[in-house]
Amino acid sequence: MNVHLILFLAFGAIAVAGAVNLLVQRHPINSALSLIAVMAALAGEYLLLGAEFVAAVQVIVYAGAIMVLFVFTIMLLNAGEEERTQGSRIAFLFGIPGMLLGSVLVAWVVLKHSGTEAVAAGGWTDALATVPAQSVPGSPETIGPLLFHEFLLPFEITSILILIAIMGAVVLASKPTVPGGGPPQKVKD
Amino acid sequence: MVPLSYYLVLSGILFACGVTGFLIKRNIITIFMSIELMLNGVNLSFVAFAAHWHTLAGQVFVFFVMVVAAAEAAVGLAIIIAVYRTRETLNVDQVNLLKL
Repeated sequence: MNVHLILFLAFGAIAVAGAVNLLVQRHPINSALSLIAVMAALAGEYLLLGAEFVAAVQVIVYAGAIMVLFVFTIMLLNAGEEERTQGSRIAFLFGIPGMLLGSVLVAWVVLKHSGTEAVAAGGWTDALATVPAQSVPGSPETIGPLLFHEFLLPFEITSILILIAIMGAVVLASKPTVPGGGPPQKVKD
Repeated sequence: MVPLSYYLVLSGILFACGVTGFLIKRNIITIFMSIELMLNGVNLSFVAFAAHWHTLAGQVFVFFVMVVAAAEAAVGLAIIIAVYRTRETLNVDQVNLLKL
């Protein structure tokens, strides 16, 4: 047990516990807070993998901006506890054992099989090879040139996407004041 | 040193939790949060593969995924607000008509 494995297991346990808590909680605000815990733990995992820039962006954009938007919406709409609905019995009888079987199978294949067999060309022979920490210098200093030279066109396209998303959010969420313009008025029936 | 497969299994667990939440949850905001959880699981596998193959392209991809997730969250939450304004409910079982 080295330090990296211990840290990986600790952050992974926090992430899985948060994800399960998101499913179990009934109030949306509790789910949102557990999702923030998942994202913070994933930022720790990114740091372990040497991706410093991604870890910082994860905390700032995901755990910061996006989750603030979620919590703000939950408070704005005054969302209460969700009412449980009865699912079908067949889904419970066959779905949960099937899901467990499938996940165990996938984990077994990933952990055992791919380490010993060469699956295809391209060097997929060492799936169990270790990921050396700090092997990739994922600092802003190295990400920046890549982003602004090789990936310049996708970068510009995402900026246009963000612009369209801002305008769409403003149009969708604004109160319909002008008759005929904006989203449809509420119809009383 | 942590094997790559551990990261992939963790990423798969997070993605499966997201799918489960998407299917069993009834609150539209929680369903949306489950989608974000799925995106996070995929991001983890991107970064793990980037570290494994000693390339930075995976991390740039994660950056783009985050940008798209931010745009998606803004538009999606605006849609949720519009739905709540017209239906006055967040339960997806009661949002079953295209027309009011």
